[in-house]
Amino acid sequence: MKLKFLAPVLTFAAIAVILWYALFNLNPSEIPSELVSKPAPAFSLEPVPGYGPGLAQADLATGKVTLLNVFASWCVACMAEHPFFMELTKQNVVEIYGLNYKDKPDAAAQWLDRHGNPYARTGMDLKGRVGIDFGVYGVPETFVISADGKILDKIIGPVSKDMFDMRIRPLLNEAGS
Amino acid sequence: MVAEIGQFVLILALVTACLQGALPLVGAARDNRPLMRFGDNAAFVQFAAISGAFACLTIGYVTSDFSILNVVNNSHSLKPMLYKISGVWGNHEGSLLLWSWILALFGLAVALFGRNLPDGLKARVLAIQGLIGVGFLMFILFTSNPFERVSPAPLDGNGLNPLLQDPGLAFHPPFLYLGYVGLSITFSFAIAALIEGRVDPAWARWVRPWTLAAWGFLTIGIALGSWWAYYELGWGGWWFWDPVENASFMPWLAATALLHSAIVVEKRDALKNWTILLAIIAFSLSLLGTFLVRSGVLNSVHAFASDPARGVFILIFLIFVIGGSLLLYGIRAPKMKGGGLFAPISREGALVLNNLLLSTITATVLLGTLYPIFLDAFTGAKVSVGPPYFNATFLPLAIPLAVAMAFGPFLAWKRGDLAGVVSRLKFALFAALAFTGFLWWWKTGAPIMALLGMGLFAWLLVGSILEWTARIKLFRGPLASSWKRMIQLPRSAHGMTVAHIGVALVILGITASETWQSEHLGVMRPGETVTVGGYEFRFDGAETITGPNYDAVQGTFLAYTGDNKGIYLYPEQRRYTDPPMETTEAAIRPMLSADLYTVIGEADGKGGYAVRIYHKPFISWIWIGAFVMFAGGAISLSDRRLRLGAPRSAKHASAATPVPSSVKG
Repeated sequence: MKLKFLAPVLTFAAIAVILWYALFNLNPSEIPSELVSKPAPAFSLEPVPGYGPGLAQADLATGKVTLLNVFASWCVACMAEHPFFMELTKQNVVEIYGLNYKDKPDAAAQWLDRHGNPYARTGMDLKGRVGIDFGVYGVPETFVISADGKILDKIIGPVSKDMFDMRIRPLLNEAGS
Repeated sequence: MVAEIGQFVLILALVTACLQGALPLVGAARDNRPLMRFGDNAAFVQFAAISGAFACLTIGYVTSDFSILNVVNNSHSLKPMLYKISGVWGNHEGSLLLWSWILALFGLAVALFGRNLPDGLKARVLAIQGLIGVGFLMFILFTSNPFERVSPAPLDGNGLNPLLQDPGLAFHPPFLYLGYVGLSITFSFAIAALIEGRVDPAWARWVRPWTLAAWGFLTIGIALGSWWAYYELGWGGWWFWDPVENASFMPWLAATALLHSAIVVEKRDALKNWTILLAIIAFSLSLLGTFLVRSGVLNSVHAFASDPARGVFILIFLIFVIGGSLLLYGIRAPKMKGGGLFAPISREGALVLNNLLLSTITATVLLGTLYPIFLDAFTGAKVSVGPPYFNATFLPLAIPLAVAMAFGPFLAWKRGDLAGVVSRLKFALFAALAFTGFLWWWKTGAPIMALLGMGLFAWLLVGSILEWTARIKLFRGPLASSWKRMIQLPRSAHGMTVAHIGVALVILGITASETWQSEHLGVMRPGETVTVGGYEFRFDGAETITGPNYDAVQGTFLAYTGDNKGIYLYPEQRRYTDPPMETTEAAIRPMLSADLYTVIGEADGKGGYAVRIYHKPFISWIWIGAFVMFAGGAISLSDRRLRLGAPRSAKHASAATPVPSSVKG
């Protein structure tokens, strides 16, 4: 009888333990360690309509460092980083591939129509299967891919100029020298 | 100097809050009047002190005092005055100061207007408020000091994110905090009741105005936030199931449930334990939202700059407040006697159904928000829970809720007559079917969900109006007697009708705009015309203009139908200088029948511009509906029975548990 009234506090205790653990041991911007410097998982995807060619694992080994950006038309934060990616592409700083995540093809194409297309290639991950292989946690996420198609780093959340200079530019320079 | 004064009064506020949290509790336990009364004075001093601190920070912003780190990080000398002021709470430290200030304001309100509360209850409520204040003031002083100095002072500040330089967003946080903090009062009442071991209809009457006020502010706050997303992000969406949006939506859902369950406590002296629990949960969800937004365990666009030290502090605070109060609940609640059982088909039965559905919705939203963290903790897998999950779980629960909303108010207390209600609602059912049938015929090929949504709108709108006319016996007697009944009907009854109509309007806005939106996306050259949603849109070209802290490309569109003169729309693409960032300023012409929504984008270098034009039928009704809901709450709040200090002693009220004859209908 009395247990019934203790259920709320016990539920909260369980939530609190997990939040405590999450606070110290989990980092949403941390890449699952098993993926670091491993080849990107195998996949092959159709392009966003009108924004071909498609995207596959083989396309990532380009001989230079590239970015794989996970985006979606329903993602608010993607708006924040989008102008920056447009700028990067315009200035030929780095080649960017777009992994369109759990989106509708039309919506994705419209979104690119509206905001411009910074991507050299796009692929549609309609069901999110490829996302699971890549350990995609939320959108947007950006993977730094090495010249031979390995994952070097992952940035969770919108990529800002500061973030780019701090985490991505060193990897580009390293590869260039 | 100003920063040091602010710092000093903030410490003064903390000391006062400590005393306010301790002495009145002792006083109430020993029945010592002066100690109990101390709470009133402490509430006043605390309010004055935090007002002082808030004023100091505001002076820092208004005068662009760049020796204060917080001002440097979030302001700029060229920023318009409105955003210098809104910059005070547009950042982590300042927003916490606003939180504490509103907390102190509400504490003062209890002290001033709670004259008719029993001394012990009032002292305990103020003490709990004081303890919450201790937590927040310590959080500010130890981890998030807004008055930190920087030396040498830079020449200018870093500026406020241009997306946040917006009138809608300037007022969005204050309203949300008024809502969150309003829930702290109901929380304090719940804890005080648990300490005293007594909940009665009088308690419910004291709690209800605070719940109503908090609920109303949350409604406005959430509506402002979604309105901002709608016009500022420039692609017409208005709700994204983002963790931070959920953080404000969950307390709203819990407050809505609380609002309804408190009625049962008031009228039937039942559901007491549940109502206490809801009061605790509603405020706990507000605090949990604060944790999620500021600790960095979740990623979100809205998230404040996160810092693990802050996360630890808030989590410990959460464990004390939520864990402590739920433990108190577990120990004390079993001793509180509930009212009798009641029939499922009755007003209280309908309110229980409302509570079941609302709390289930709250739980699913909570699960969706926390699931990524849980899964990560247990399996290391990282997943995202996006709009697909929330749409799939929210709608099946929200639809029956809307159906039942028309039924509930018709049912009498204790024992309702379902057959009678159905026969009275047959006109609403007929209206819903006729309206749906008409749409099916008129808009061939409309999706089932759209027809369902429009049917629900008609059902709820007509049902709510029918209930109101039934109460005043409109057309069933002379108009003069209906008029008299209308005057005599309690304001809370009018308020309920208005608020329910507001929900119907929101359903209309969501359904119509999601289903029958038309759009044009592409490059347009000056002089070109396109047709969108029955309007001709002529693009007259674009020019560069200069604003106070940005340059912009401003396009000119003329929208017209056949014979009228037309409407000019001027969308902008702004390029802010500090910090450098581009934003889209959509030009929107809101109308009752539809919004005309235009956005201008990049030039294609050949004289054309990327434009997007939307025609969004009835979308304004989402926000009109939200405002109508707020108005319903305000009308209900003005009810004499609920007004603070309504002269009625606890004893008297609990002896007479009234079943108003007016609702027996």
